[in-house]
Amino acid sequence: MAKPARTRKAAATPDTGPDKGPTDPDFELHSLQAAHVESPRFDASDEQLMGFYEQMLLIRRFEEKAGQLYGLGLIGGFCHLYIGQEAVAVGLQSALSEGKDSVITGYRDHGHMLAYGIDPNVIMAELTGRQAGISKGKGGSMHMFSTEHKFYGGHGIVGAQVALGGGLALAHKYNEDGGLCLAYFGDGAANQGQVYETFNMAALWNLPIVFVIENNGYAMGTAVKRSSAETEFYRRGTAFRIPGMDVNGMDVLEVRAAAELAFAHVREGKGPVLMELNTYRYRGHSMSDPAKYRSREEVQEQRDHNDPIERLKKELIERGKSEDDIKAIDKAIRARVAQAADFAENSPEPEPFELYTDVLVESY
Amino acid sequence: MAVELKMPALSPTMEEGTLAKWLVKEGDSVSPGDILAEIETDKATMEFEAIDEGTVGKIMVAEGTENVAVGTVIAMLSGEDDDVSDAAAASPAKATADVAGEGKDVGREPSEAELTRPVRAEPKADPDIPHGTNMASVTVREALRDAMAEEMRRDERVFVMGEEVAEYQGAYKVTQGLLDEFGPKRVIDTPITEYGFAGIGTGAAMGGLRPIVEFMTFNFAMQAIDHIINSAAKTNYMSGGQMRCPIVFRGPNGAASRVGAQHSQNYGPWYASVPGLIVIAPYDASDAKGLMKAAIRCEDPVVFLENELVYGRSFELPELDDHVLPIGKARIVREGTDVTIVSYSIGVGLSLEAAEQLAEQGIEAEVIDLRTLRPLDTRAVLDSLAKTNRVIVAEEGWPTCSIASEIVALCMEEGFDHLDAPVLRVCNEDVPLPYAANLEKLALLDSARIVAAAKRVCYAD
Repeated sequence: MAKPARTRKAAATPDTGPDKGPTDPDFELHSLQAAHVESPRFDASDEQLMGFYEQMLLIRRFEEKAGQLYGLGLIGGFCHLYIGQEAVAVGLQSALSEGKDSVITGYRDHGHMLAYGIDPNVIMAELTGRQAGISKGKGGSMHMFSTEHKFYGGHGIVGAQVALGGGLALAHKYNEDGGLCLAYFGDGAANQGQVYETFNMAALWNLPIVFVIENNGYAMGTAVKRSSAETEFYRRGTAFRIPGMDVNGMDVLEVRAAAELAFAHVREGKGPVLMELNTYRYRGHSMSDPAKYRSREEVQEQRDHNDPIERLKKELIERGKSEDDIKAIDKAIRARVAQAADFAENSPEPEPFELYTDVLVESY
Repeated sequence: MAVELKMPALSPTMEEGTLAKWLVKEGDSVSPGDILAEIETDKATMEFEAIDEGTVGKIMVAEGTENVAVGTVIAMLSGEDDDVSDAAAASPAKATADVAGEGKDVGREPSEAELTRPVRAEPKADPDIPHGTNMASVTVREALRDAMAEEMRRDERVFVMGEEVAEYQGAYKVTQGLLDEFGPKRVIDTPITEYGFAGIGTGAAMGGLRPIVEFMTFNFAMQAIDHIINSAAKTNYMSGGQMRCPIVFRGPNGAASRVGAQHSQNYGPWYASVPGLIVIAPYDASDAKGLMKAAIRCEDPVVFLENELVYGRSFELPELDDHVLPIGKARIVREGTDVTIVSYSIGVGLSLEAAEQLAEQGIEAEVIDLRTLRPLDTRAVLDSLAKTNRVIVAEEGWPTCSIASEIVALCMEEGFDHLDAPVLRVCNEDVPLPYAANLEKLALLDSARIVAAAKRVCYAD
């Protein structure tokens, strides 16, 4: 079985022995991780906890609906679902300074858009290729953007978003706007050369960037251990002196706590941080993935014992929320998603003239 | 409320499939994520999961049924409070329609899509140079440097990055002096990582800056071509016009002198084939300066192709406060009546030499410098063709799928009635560039070949 979604690796501790303090030249490389191990979970208020729950549930239901619409032929091409990984985007993005920080990711981008609170209607309408879609129907599942939220996509070439994220971080630093860039990529992209070119320049130029490896265990259908010589991805910045953090991506409170440490480090001007978020993708790589490279039991094991939404639901009940309250939320979210699907299904397709718009900004 | 479970499309190409096996039976309770059935697609056997909670009602399509069209109702699922028994048998839904128009040959008739294409406005003419303007003799190298420096003074967002652009003062000295004036924040030496820094430059442009990314030569930009094309050129379109990428990728392009095959290639045709890019390849100092300034101000991504052999050549340049030239406009550099020589970059110099030799033989050639390769000033070419009725294209680059090929196609499609002779491509030989001096000379475009081709189309041999 692949490594993802374990609670914490034994490997994380030997680096942080009791004798290693700030005088150790390598202290910075593991100090964030040490602080994270010390206090792994975010102390959320009831309201915050409920907010996380609603956001994660919205992503899950939205993605389930997207899968359904794909099955009906309303969504075409490639469609990569975020089911199972919800805690990552919600935990990280809840810690950003909105309007100041930027985010960039790869093609599995629906969840990151929803975590920003972007209207599900325009996201779903993009999936169905309609004029009302956030990219006017010209981008599709993999290419969605919201410059208003400083969300820069939505990129289909594995690893390209890492270098582009380096550029967004360069712009933050150049403009001295106090923002940072959160650049997501997967365990598969983590083997691309340009990722390390970017690590080098980001560390060299002290860029305000948080690199996030969403390790869901599989690069398309290739398990991490079959594609990666170093499967502890949080260590991969060490050669560039980028501190690493090893985070349980199935618990939104652990993700949020780790994000606060990482963002504070970057905002203090100390340069990039590399976070490995260990998570699990319940669905195939894309809609046409037969998932023959892993067992049904493996997936079921994660669903039954490690589900980020179930974990939070339990927590909410422990804090006194009633089953009925939770059911009511579930019902409201289902209704919201159904409305988005209706909107996406009934919106008109782009006008033919849109074929030739947005190729260039100016006319020559 | 009862939900119809329909035969799902499980791949981008699936139209029908086999319902291999039901894993639930009528009356079973299911939760989201439970596997309901196994379906064989054109690619693989896939699992069909429940989306909603409920009870399986009537199973409409038995297991083992082949060729079940996508969208056919295969079973009913009732919600919490529904009565399962009255789930009526629905008629099989129609399969999704075939993709229309595939493989249709449109010939010379415009396609339906093409009819929606906005008519391109006439490119703007070069601004008039006021009488009495002093003309200075300036090298192309200095003109490019001055253009960048002027724009950096004008706009704080403009910065230069690339290998050896700062402390070394530019591998070909094009960025000489910029570090001293603008400091290391705006003149950034990069490591030798073209893919990475082209991506960082592109991301910085998306983030609101105006980067000038220098490639030591465009040969090395092949490592970065993914960002130039997939990231810089396409993102505005893919985002429905939300994302801007005002960046200039610049550096020497084409053959230099005896540097071998890997360092001697003209990428003009490569980039000029990509919608979403502007491609500029000037020849003289005035055009280099005026178009570089336009490129830096432009809201679109620009590939700016220079030529190492031309950097040191001096040309007349008007001493103006703000010398900016229009993108997308060709220039007639020599007027003539007998034959048109279309060229760009270093080919323009060779074409002018050839025109002098032709004049001695009584043939007056008109020489057009395209200056911008995308968008191409097709009007300039066609107007000249209408005047001379003969066209050759002189290009320092390979002939296959070249700018020359494009001009030939343009003349065939839109200027056929004006042609008195076939349009000829005068290009480099179709081989990797050799090192040996004699072989290199044999491979490269020269004025003698241009003269010979011009005479051939004038039937003057």
